Amino acid sequence: MMSSTNATQATTSSPKQSLFPFQLSTWQSQRLQQRVTHTLSHLILISGAVVMVLPFLWMLSTSFKAPGKTFVYPPEWIPAPIVWENYPNMWTALPFGKFFINSVKIAGLTTIGQLVTCSMAAFAFSILKFRGREFLFLLLIATLMIPYQVTLIPTFILFSKIGWVGTHLPLWVPAFWGGAFGTFLLRQFYLTIPIDLAESARIDGASIWQIFRYIYVPLSGPAMAALAIFTFMWSWNDLLNPLIYVAELDQLTLTIGLSFFQNQYGGKWTLMMAGAVVSILPILVIFFFAQKYFIQGIAMTGLKR
Amino acid sequence: MQRSGLKPMRGELIWVWVFLGPTLIGLLFGTLGPVLAAIGISFTDWDVITPPIFAGLDNYKRLAGDPTFSKALVNTIYYVGIMVPVSTVLALLFAFLLNQKLRAVTWYRTAYFLPVVSSTVAVALVWSWIYAKDFGLLNFLLRQMGVDPIGWLSSTTWAMPAVIIMGIWGNLGAGIVIFLAGLQSIPETYYEAASVDGANSIQRFLRITVPLITPSLFFYFIITMIDAFQTFESIYIMTRGGPVNSTTTIVYYIYRNGFRNFKMGYASSQAIILFLVIMVLTLVYWRLQERWVVYDV
Repeated sequence: MMSSTNATQATTSSPKQSLFPFQLSTWQSQRLQQRVTHTLSHLILISGAVVMVLPFLWMLSTSFKAPGKTFVYPPEWIPAPIVWENYPNMWTALPFGKFFINSVKIAGLTTIGQLVTCSMAAFAFSILKFRGREFLFLLLIATLMIPYQVTLIPTFILFSKIGWVGTHLPLWVPAFWGGAFGTFLLRQFYLTIPIDLAESARIDGASIWQIFRYIYVPLSGPAMAALAIFTFMWSWNDLLNPLIYVAELDQLTLTIGLSFFQNQYGGKWTLMMAGAVVSILPILVIFFFAQKYFIQGIAMTGLKR
Repeated sequence: MQRSGLKPMRGELIWVWVFLGPTLIGLLFGTLGPVLAAIGISFTDWDVITPPIFAGLDNYKRLAGDPTFSKALVNTIYYVGIMVPVSTVLALLFAFLLNQKLRAVTWYRTAYFLPVVSSTVAVALVWSWIYAKDFGLLNFLLRQMGVDPIGWLSSTTWAMPAVIIMGIWGNLGAGIVIFLAGLQSIPETYYEAASVDGANSIQRFLRITVPLITPSLFFYFIITMIDAFQTFESIYIMTRGGPVNSTTTIVYYIYRNGFRNFKMGYASSQAIILFLVIMVLTLVYWRLQERWVVYDV
């Protein structure tokens, strides 16, 4: 099927652009073939994208419907009339404002804790020489293998013994204990910074703290941004921890508030969808503005908790 | 691995402790301590309120004869066994399509990535609305095609597939981004050199693309598998493990035993089993990686 002339021809066109492993003999038919593959690819990609986005549109559309309209078929994608009241109704049915503030507080503190403690540990593991460094680092990385559910019960018992159950403390204090994921991510980045920088600063009389604070922290912006975004997102979206640790209505976060809402107002889809929109909106806004870091972070580590 | 670094001078060693302090506390009190404690608790009967009673291997013996636990184990394997391969294959397909320097690639990538960043709780609520038996969107679409309505979340047959479909939908974007990064890191010159040497596109695909994409492939596969073994939120929101335990997974069962029934010892023994399963998987992954994966970029 392939002649040797084709093989040499292929060097001029980019080989990556052809998806299917066959080629026609002339330049024009290669162009035609490429156009066919591209059109086909777009068709598949568009149908995939529709499946991805449709649930979000359905959420948005339902949140603007009059309660009775959710049972009208064929469905109205753009509701007539558009009902804004679901949002204030949802907001007052349960103290969603309070949930929102709780989520911001917990996710914010968690992010700060992880940035500070992980960057410090990563600095020690990548720059400072001390005995037992490799062993400690391996030990830390090995803990990534431990499923969360194993430590959940002893940690819960510990926190209940010191009277923290029913407060927000168990939800953010552990973030100030460092973390294997964040340390790993930042260490990978620190290792790409030439050690000469630190060494010459050292000769000029900089202390270890100054090297960290004025060289490594400013240079690791993108990695810090990626870690900040992931930590914030995980904390914001977490359900299991708030479910276990808080029960009082005014202490709930958005995720557990929504789940509570589902128990209370099950079947009131218009209100629930309005609540869902409010709970994902902040993360979506961050995503649109910082997409680059999201993508880099996922590509760098692949972790999705 | 870079082993060089700054050697702290006299009086500076304290900085090592300052920098590592929080992490060491976390390692001791947040991870290693609790793991040992979990093993210990798994040999007791404990409701947290009254003192623990030593129970020896009773919890593990009970696990072996607990039909709900076997059901949870089978359900978890069902979920992982379908969700992980299907989302890997689909993500790979979409990544290949996106790697053709098409127009609007960033738009597609944003669309596929939306479910990854959205909270599972919110997304699971929408899916339960889509899956609703009487007025749900999915049954409406199926009716258009002449299919009778299915009680997606209320039927023991369909609840698990429904949860799996949402799982695939929610994970695809992460896979696409990882594979796309893997594909784009393959230098163009490799393909050009191979073409000059007379390799056809099938050969280029099999000898360049496949070996160089396997690290990403393995990576995504194992990460998603570990993640899938721990699925909780979608099940909590959509089915609460029902109907009749048909979607009760190990993690959901741990939650129910530990935090609904406060059987901490019994829940811990299940968590230890989960730990062993995940550890074996990770070790298998490392061994296979050494043998199969080509790291040569």
